[in-house]
Amino acid sequence: MADNIIPRRRFLVGAGLASTAVAAGLASEVPAPAQAETVAAPPPPHAAAEPEPLLMLTATEAAFITAVVDTLIPADELSPSGSDCGIVTFIDRQLASDWGGGAKMYRSGPFHKGKPEQGYQLALTPRQFFQTGIAEANAWSQKTYGKELDRLSPPDRVAALKAMEEGKAEFVSLSSRAFFNSLLSITMEGFFSDPAHGGNRNCVSWKMLGFPGLPATYAQKFEAYRDKRYVAPPRSMVDFS
Amino acid sequence: MATRLKDVDAVMVGMGWTGAILARELTKAGLNVVGLERGPDRTPGENFILPAIRDELRYVQRLELMQDNSVDTITFRNAASEMALPIRRFGAFLPGEGVGGSGIHWGALHWRFTPADFRIRSHISERYGTKAISEDMTIQDWPLSYAELEPYYDKFDKICGASGKAGNLKGKIVVGGNPFEGPRSDDYPNKPIKSAAPSLMFAEAAKSLGYHPFPAPVAIASAPYKNPEGIALGECQYCGYCNRIGCEANSKASANNTIMPMLRSEPKFSLRTRAFVTKLNYDKASKKATGVVYTDMRTGEEYEQPANLVVLTSYVFSNTQALLLAGIGEPYDRATGKGVVGKNYCYQFEAGAAAFFEDKEWNTYMGSAGVGMCIDDFNGENFDHSGLGFFGGGYFFCGQAAAPPIAGRNVPHGTPRWGSEWKRATVKWYPRFARFNTQGSVYANRENFMDLDPTYKDVFGRPLIRMTYNGTENDHKMSRYLLGKLEEIIKAMNPTHYEMYPRPRNFTIVPYQSTHNTGGTMMGADPKTSVVNRYLQAWDADNLFIMGASVFPQQHGYNPTGTLCALAYWSANAITEKYLKNPGPLVHA
Repeated sequence: MADNIIPRRRFLVGAGLASTAVAAGLASEVPAPAQAETVAAPPPPHAAAEPEPLLMLTATEAAFITAVVDTLIPADELSPSGSDCGIVTFIDRQLASDWGGGAKMYRSGPFHKGKPEQGYQLALTPRQFFQTGIAEANAWSQKTYGKELDRLSPPDRVAALKAMEEGKAEFVSLSSRAFFNSLLSITMEGFFSDPAHGGNRNCVSWKMLGFPGLPATYAQKFEAYRDKRYVAPPRSMVDFS
Repeated sequence: MATRLKDVDAVMVGMGWTGAILARELTKAGLNVVGLERGPDRTPGENFILPAIRDELRYVQRLELMQDNSVDTITFRNAASEMALPIRRFGAFLPGEGVGGSGIHWGALHWRFTPADFRIRSHISERYGTKAISEDMTIQDWPLSYAELEPYYDKFDKICGASGKAGNLKGKIVVGGNPFEGPRSDDYPNKPIKSAAPSLMFAEAAKSLGYHPFPAPVAIASAPYKNPEGIALGECQYCGYCNRIGCEANSKASANNTIMPMLRSEPKFSLRTRAFVTKLNYDKASKKATGVVYTDMRTGEEYEQPANLVVLTSYVFSNTQALLLAGIGEPYDRATGKGVVGKNYCYQFEAGAAAFFEDKEWNTYMGSAGVGMCIDDFNGENFDHSGLGFFGGGYFFCGQAAAPPIAGRNVPHGTPRWGSEWKRATVKWYPRFARFNTQGSVYANRENFMDLDPTYKDVFGRPLIRMTYNGTENDHKMSRYLLGKLEEIIKAMNPTHYEMYPRPRNFTIVPYQSTHNTGGTMMGADPKTSVVNRYLQAWDADNLFIMGASVFPQQHGYNPTGTLCALAYWSANAITEKYLKNPGPLVHA
């Protein structure tokens, strides 16, 4: 269970990039009380920590994302942790995608901050925005807690993310609230989207919700199940490919 | 230098609903027609199929079917005193791109405006006095009546295989339909779509309060159907993958599955996709549109397509921008109130609610955006506005959420947004909530308009269209009134918890609200106060016709597609029956 609180090490192992020296160094920083807290979680019902190659996240970035998704989606009686659901892989692929690179995005200047009503006005693509945000969040965490975010104890991680959510964490250039909202949004996309995109492994979130996925043809069920749950094991795009 | 192509009889700028309708009607009349479409081609059999069409991330979150902002976008500000900034990625509204346009990803709510809506300025003046309309409210009568448009509404109902229940058949009120609608010459071609449990609860509660609930009219076939073009549509599967997505069941109507199949086999029609029209050629001396210039996005080559008849069949923003760039019509000047192009930009003033029911268990992911029950008691002039301090209104809608897992979940306000507590609340409430909406009108105001942006350009170096818009006091009062009435109905449904979502004071370009943008090239009876006449023919170029919601003088409390498609058929009829026989102005100013 120690793995649950050594995200960077776990990530490195999972990604096939394990460095014994680094892992050992991190392990020595494990705070005992936090370990006790996380042990309470039962074994994830559908854990599937299959190694996935990373397309764009650096080790530091992946460790940060792992810590974030495991805090936003903690392992509990309802689902495995965010990273065990594949959300780190999902985010990595999304940021490496055309979307992450700013496809279909107007990127000409001049750049003005504008009013909140005018929406996103930065020159950064999503990929650049996340890279900048991770660096600034880690710098803030270092300044505030003396450690980067992924090395914080679980309670400190929760507190750090709350400070960002409320916009109280002071970043150098980005709004910590805007960055948090982007983290939350992409995490939820990874948790709930079709497993074909790398997250929601084994349809864990769909099972949790009772969402049957594909093929979604309910003409004969819509009225028959008007006041009761229709239960079917979820099937994804992967099952139909 | 653009390569000049061979003359054609007619060119369509954009191949969404109105481009397909006009191309179909004009080729039937014997014209050679070229359809230019900036985006890709899409066919149901190739593009709307399992499993890829069930990808919520790709379509709902990443907006696969929408306009590419990197090529062309619009700028936005709340007021003329502010600097407009570009919409870098769409949020509040989502114009589509590609064959089918926004008519692929729509929710397919299929409405008619009321007879009073067509003459709203006169109606209000007659009912509440000539001074009732404030000076800044620039609403105008339509230059045609509901009765004149009715046959074309009926025609479009049948093209779509629309489902619903008539409330007014030839003047006779029918129980169970919408008693406020204008007289229909015929019932819907298909019986109403099935309703989910929360919609039926809403209907019962509304009825107990004396209102008149009815099934939402939708351009979705509730049963297998063959349209007058001979094209078969399938039965709705209540799949929940509807808004922002193409229809796998071939049931939700789009140009792609109701008209394009006939056009594709029509030798007089030529479809050119990835053809981005950058310029409308206009000869001011003869007052004629002479054709268009477009860039083939595959090669970068520029072409001039001369045409005897030019039909602007793009979205609101592109239609208006084309006229401003070509110098057709007088641009609207907010300071003086003079000019017409860009005037009366309007939006849709939607506000809603959610209610949570602890003792229920529903399959909220089933259904579609349009599956639900409505009341129309508080729309337009369906109710007395005396002493209310506003005009306008909207229909109320309650649907099962049709809630796909990423975007469709809902938990009561105050629930943490993440962590185990959030997860437990999500699991608890996902099958136990209902959504409500009020489809509020926007009555035009002199402060809201479109013009060309002085700073930002598209990839071709053309100035972007600039939108200046904020919610008016009138529309905010209207919306608050509607929400108050909606709240009474929700209370009567006895939910465990409910929450109302009033509109923020300022219009904001995020998050998503509605893709119902209207105005900019409005129709009217007088060239001083309109861009096109009653047949959608430009006053300043008799061989230029302009389709779509850009011709609406204001936006009423209904989804616009049913009306703008009926107008397209009405205009096509005027072109083929009147204009082609005797080319020239169809209305003399």
